[in-house]
Amino acid sequence: MTPQCTTPRHEDERVLLGHGAGGRLTAELLDALLLPAIGAPAGPLEDAATLPPIGLPVISTDSFVVSPLSFPGGDIGSLAVHGTVNDLAMRGAQPVALAVSLIIEEGLPLAELRSVVESLGKAAAEAEVPVVTGDTKVVGRGAADRLFITTTGIGRRIPALHPSAARAQPHDAILLSGPIGLHGTAVLSTREGLGFEADITSDSRPLHRLVKALACFADDLHTLRDPTRGGLAATLNEIAEASGTGAEIDESALPVPGPVAAACDLLGLDLLHVANEGCLVAYVPEARADDVLHTMRRAPEGASAVRIGRTTAVHPRRVDLLTRVGSRRVVDMPLGEQLPRIC
Amino acid sequence: MRYLDEYRDPELARSLLDRLGRVATRPWRIMEVCGGQTHTLVRQGIDELLPAGIRMIHGPGCPVCVTPLETLDRAMAIAARPEVTFTSFGDMLRVPGTHTDLLSLRARGADVRVVYSPMDAVRTAVAEPRRQVVFLAVGFETTAPANAMAVLHARRLGLANFSVLVSHVLVPPAMTALLTDPDCEVQAFLAAGHVCAVMGWTPYEPIAAHWHVPIVVTGFEPLDLLEGVLMAVGQLEDGRGEVENQYARAVRRTGNTVARHTVGRVFRITDRTWRGIGPLPESGLELSPEYAEFDAARRFGVTDLRSAEHPECIAGAILTGARKPTDCAAYGTRCTPRTPLGAPMVSAEGTCAAYFAAGRARIALAGSPP
Repeated sequence: MTPQCTTPRHEDERVLLGHGAGGRLTAELLDALLLPAIGAPAGPLEDAATLPPIGLPVISTDSFVVSPLSFPGGDIGSLAVHGTVNDLAMRGAQPVALAVSLIIEEGLPLAELRSVVESLGKAAAEAEVPVVTGDTKVVGRGAADRLFITTTGIGRRIPALHPSAARAQPHDAILLSGPIGLHGTAVLSTREGLGFEADITSDSRPLHRLVKALACFADDLHTLRDPTRGGLAATLNEIAEASGTGAEIDESALPVPGPVAAACDLLGLDLLHVANEGCLVAYVPEARADDVLHTMRRAPEGASAVRIGRTTAVHPRRVDLLTRVGSRRVVDMPLGEQLPRIC
Repeated sequence: MRYLDEYRDPELARSLLDRLGRVATRPWRIMEVCGGQTHTLVRQGIDELLPAGIRMIHGPGCPVCVTPLETLDRAMAIAARPEVTFTSFGDMLRVPGTHTDLLSLRARGADVRVVYSPMDAVRTAVAEPRRQVVFLAVGFETTAPANAMAVLHARRLGLANFSVLVSHVLVPPAMTALLTDPDCEVQAFLAAGHVCAVMGWTPYEPIAAHWHVPIVVTGFEPLDLLEGVLMAVGQLEDGRGEVENQYARAVRRTGNTVARHTVGRVFRITDRTWRGIGPLPESGLELSPEYAEFDAARRFGVTDLRSAEHPECIAGAILTGARKPTDCAAYGTRCTPRTPLGAPMVSAEGTCAAYFAAGRARIALAGSPP
């Protein structure tokens, strides 16, 4: 900043461009709001964090751009933690540390920023993973949609586990840890003011403890994936593509909460394409399926785990749905953004 | 779950299919007029579960598909204007006009917004008085009452910055046009339950009587459709041609009187060109003279547009049931939901898109049945 700049007053209740300029205002924002909200330990801020030696390191990064910032069952802060923790967990890793980068639109109320970052800090504490480094940028009004968060996670892989989309094999059972469609419909209903909020809350939550509980199955845990953007359809197709196996899932076995089914019907959305944030699919050999299911159900995150289908060598790289009425159809990758229909 | 699972029960579905197999003594061809029903039939694979010989012909009832190309081009000319906020239901955004679509226009900077109700567009006009808010009012009899209400509400509020681009279409004239075609293969119709919930089924009675064709008012769940087919086949086997109501839980003979009255106040019947089908007399709705001030086409004077369909698209034959999507040389290759050559590949209710979403493109291209 130059002396000619109008110095933003610290008592302003909204984020100003100056909060990202690296000067006193930035320091105030960090000291008074961001660091306490995240729960960072006291001490000098360095340019990079050191980490203890990690046995089998795993890294994942993800950007969160959800609108609105808060929705029933969560907000962009908790989502930014859960999303990255889960991405690590899907490779069999337990989170060790997070790096968080905030891109804030000028004008965002400080109270809203505080609320979101406190939620981020709380989610990190609950997941028992510290935020060890981060960055804050403020961009001009209109250059971002209120707040974007990029979270990078470092994890330590549980040595026995090496799940991968490519490792799915014919005659695997496909297990799902919880109901589908909650996150996508919760966000949509809040964003568009559709009034489903009372019935539907996001399933956003960390899944690393569930994965840890499954560590005893070691090499039999062929594949783990959380069906986030693109929903179950995208995830199953990605696994089919990566592994060269086909998949068959039973429509009647899919755990779909009633309000989610009703919302999807009303809007003309395919619930197989709707995003989730707190469930995973696991591919395990048929012979171990019951044991894995039993273990999943003992964890809170997997209490309603079910078997939804199986893999096959009959139609490689294709996902089929056996419908309730007894027919069969192909489940394809979703095209892109789902658009509600006219009537 | 109540009101949903009951209509998807596999045992009941099996029993209806068994009854259908016993009742049908020869091949029959039945058209489901509505795109929503096409979507359920294809998505649930019901058309492939029917006894051999019972063939479903997919009808023209996709509102996105039949909206004239000229209307789309006009919509895009209006949406491109800097003072305009253009609002539309989501599935209109991807429909290709002659040169582009609304989604691409938005990416290039036009203010195009998805709404879930025409009243959302009215609220936008109230909230942003400096913007000209335009709503694309398309669809069948189902969407007309809400669109009429939006115009009435805008009049009540005295809004000078709200207008509608109207291109409503009506189902009965389309059915008559299909039956008039000497090559028509349709022997019975499933009429769309939600259209009849608004209009009742009295408009269908003269059609059934004149053409001696069974018309069954049918709902949208898998069991609704199976029961509708069973009732239509029952009539065909008996040699009857009447209007019957499968969707008794939602439809009365005279429909919704208040909704019909509202539509009658704001709109009047007009000739309309259907995309892919051509001009059909008295098959559309336009704003009545009393509400002409809300006509976006008039307000923005968009004329001199040259509209032209993609030469390879066989949408007309698809919409009249003369051809299936898999008959089209471009289906699943040059024409996909990402790059639709014609409207039936756009909306979830379009026949081509319904086939594609149900993975039939992959099956067709792979050459193997599921």
